[in-house]
Amino acid sequence: MRILLVEDDPTVRNFILKGLRETGHVVEEADNDKDGLFLAVSENFDIIILDRMLPGGIDGLRILETLRAQNNSTPILLLSALADVDERVAGLKAGGDDYVTKPFAFSELLARVEALARRGSAEQAPQTRLVVADLEMDLLSRTVKRGNEKIELQPREFRLLEFLMRHAGQVVTRTMLLERVWDYHFDPQTNVIDVHVSRLRQKVDKPFPTALIHTIRNAGYILRPE
Amino acid sequence: MPPLAERFPRLWIWWRRAWRFRSAGLSFSLAYGLVFALSAALFLSLLWWHTNGLLERQVDQAVEADARNLGDHWVQDGLPGLVRTIQDRLDLDVEDQSLYLLVGPEGEFISGNMPAWPSSVQRNDRFYPVRIIRAGSKAVAELHAYVLPGGYRLLVGRDVRGRDLLRHLLTETFLWAWVMVTALAIGGAWVVRGIFRRILTSIARTTSAIARGDIRQRMPIVGNEVDLVARTVNDMLDRIQRLMEGVKQVSNAIAHDLRTPITRARARLEDASLHAKTDEELHHAIDRAVADLDHITSVFEALLRIAQIEAGARRAAFETCNLVPPLHDVAELYEATAEERGLHLRVRLPEGLWTHGDARLIQQSVANLLDNAIKFSPADTVIMLEAQIKNGSILLRVADQGPGMAESELARASERFFRADTARNTPGSGLGLSLVQAIAQLHGGRLDLSNGHPGLIATLVLPSVAPPAASITQESFVPHHAVR
Repeated sequence: MRILLVEDDPTVRNFILKGLRETGHVVEEADNDKDGLFLAVSENFDIIILDRMLPGGIDGLRILETLRAQNNSTPILLLSALADVDERVAGLKAGGDDYVTKPFAFSELLARVEALARRGSAEQAPQTRLVVADLEMDLLSRTVKRGNEKIELQPREFRLLEFLMRHAGQVVTRTMLLERVWDYHFDPQTNVIDVHVSRLRQKVDKPFPTALIHTIRNAGYILRPE
Repeated sequence: MPPLAERFPRLWIWWRRAWRFRSAGLSFSLAYGLVFALSAALFLSLLWWHTNGLLERQVDQAVEADARNLGDHWVQDGLPGLVRTIQDRLDLDVEDQSLYLLVGPEGEFISGNMPAWPSSVQRNDRFYPVRIIRAGSKAVAELHAYVLPGGYRLLVGRDVRGRDLLRHLLTETFLWAWVMVTALAIGGAWVVRGIFRRILTSIARTTSAIARGDIRQRMPIVGNEVDLVARTVNDMLDRIQRLMEGVKQVSNAIAHDLRTPITRARARLEDASLHAKTDEELHHAIDRAVADLDHITSVFEALLRIAQIEAGARRAAFETCNLVPPLHDVAELYEATAEERGLHLRVRLPEGLWTHGDARLIQQSVANLLDNAIKFSPADTVIMLEAQIKNGSILLRVADQGPGMAESELARASERFFRADTARNTPGSGLGLSLVQAIAQLHGGRLDLSNGHPGLIATLVLPSVAPPAASITQESFVPHHAVR
């Protein structure tokens, strides 16, 4: 994937740069708003990672607004030390696609970058059926089958599995699940998400010879055929 | 700007400039004095004008009645009758104020007590004020002329020396009265200004003492309208004092509770850098330090969030909402965790729980309470989440069957970083209940903690409101579970 990273702090920039390149992405970098905007309009990127506070007190939202005003629809992930809910809403309203607050774990950023890039390519066709290996989900009749066996799921479990299947082959973090499946934006102290995933595993993986949902240490979960 | 100033902007600027030192007390007392003097002047002028008019009308009416009467005599008895009547009148007039003159067609004197027809009296349809000389002294008379058949002319009048004297006296009295009233007004204004000053000085003295740092000072309550200000100021001071104590407490807590994990992370990293023998050891140390830093971040975020909520900044998102759907949601989130630990989460909620507030924040506070309950409950016990409406309040109760808290700890439980003795060995930051309390206070409610023997009962008290008429059956809180 071609990724543009606009971030002024050299330590954070190099950290992200190294991590993304290690995972096989092509990354261009900019440390100020002018270079960032120039690169964003002159080249094609699959995703832009944009810091909100840039040198000279410039808000990254301005680059974002300029790009959106030019009908540039490259997915943009905002990176910010402003953790407030209102700031997050402002970022998403201005046309941002996701919002990660500093400090962050690289695994979280990577998972969100990959989820965003995937969305960019898969959004066009509305799907009615999701298939991963022998696991099948019918979104219209809201039924799930593995092989020939029907799996009964609670509504929330269904939504959780749907999210995992839509992001099959990608790591999804606990925070992503909490935000997207439950629509919560606070950090529960206990391992609530793990418990819900393990319940889902009981139904989707346990009765079958191979497991589809895997835990990625220090990151989250991934659903993939193995 | 007052409306007058809009019409005369130049005048207003001049006035503002002239009152470089604008004293509220002086303006107030000046206005008071001015209004007083003006109203006195208006009142006295009106009185003077009316009295004067009355006196004048009285003379005119008397003269007219007199003339009408004389005319009747002329009609009845002719010229001799009229002459006799005039003579009778003059004889009877003890005060010597009536004036008569009857002249013939040629202007010759027939009867009366005036020597000759005054040259200024020409017309016979109005009164003439005429200066005359009577018994050697000057006088002023009001005269009216009447024409009789046969060319005779009659002059009837009154000597108004007495009336003029009275008018003069009245004018003088009123003028003096006005002067006195004005003097009183100025004196009163002075007194008012003094009172005004004394009130302000007492407020200023207290507030300046506070500004110098003595926050324990309070305005005296003296039993008049000033108490209204005094009470408000005192309430404000109470709140400032509480906030200052809060800040002090928080900075102490930060010093202690953030330094500890920071020290730990630092020690781990330094130790690894100096002593780590293998890569594995090094990685392990770094991972632990990262976890410590993440913990610090979460404490930091919780502190900021509490501070933000306490400052009341989150009220913008307030709306009338039904708490039942979000409460079921959050219960569902925790139900799995509870079950995994062998706990039974029982939820008992009524049909509708309407309040005016931020449903997400209330949801988070209930999440914190459930989190606590799950953390401290021994296996195979029950956790209750129930709600009822009582006296216009929503009582949201989370009860566990854990160890509860000592009575002395209950009161301190919602302080920042406070951790009960029984909680020392469980993970947590000691900020959960502080956040719940901040959220409750933001909504004009409170958090009550009590012991349920066994267990802790946390009751969130929130104001209840009537459901909006249009959407009683609709859920106002619909989380958009957009799966992307």
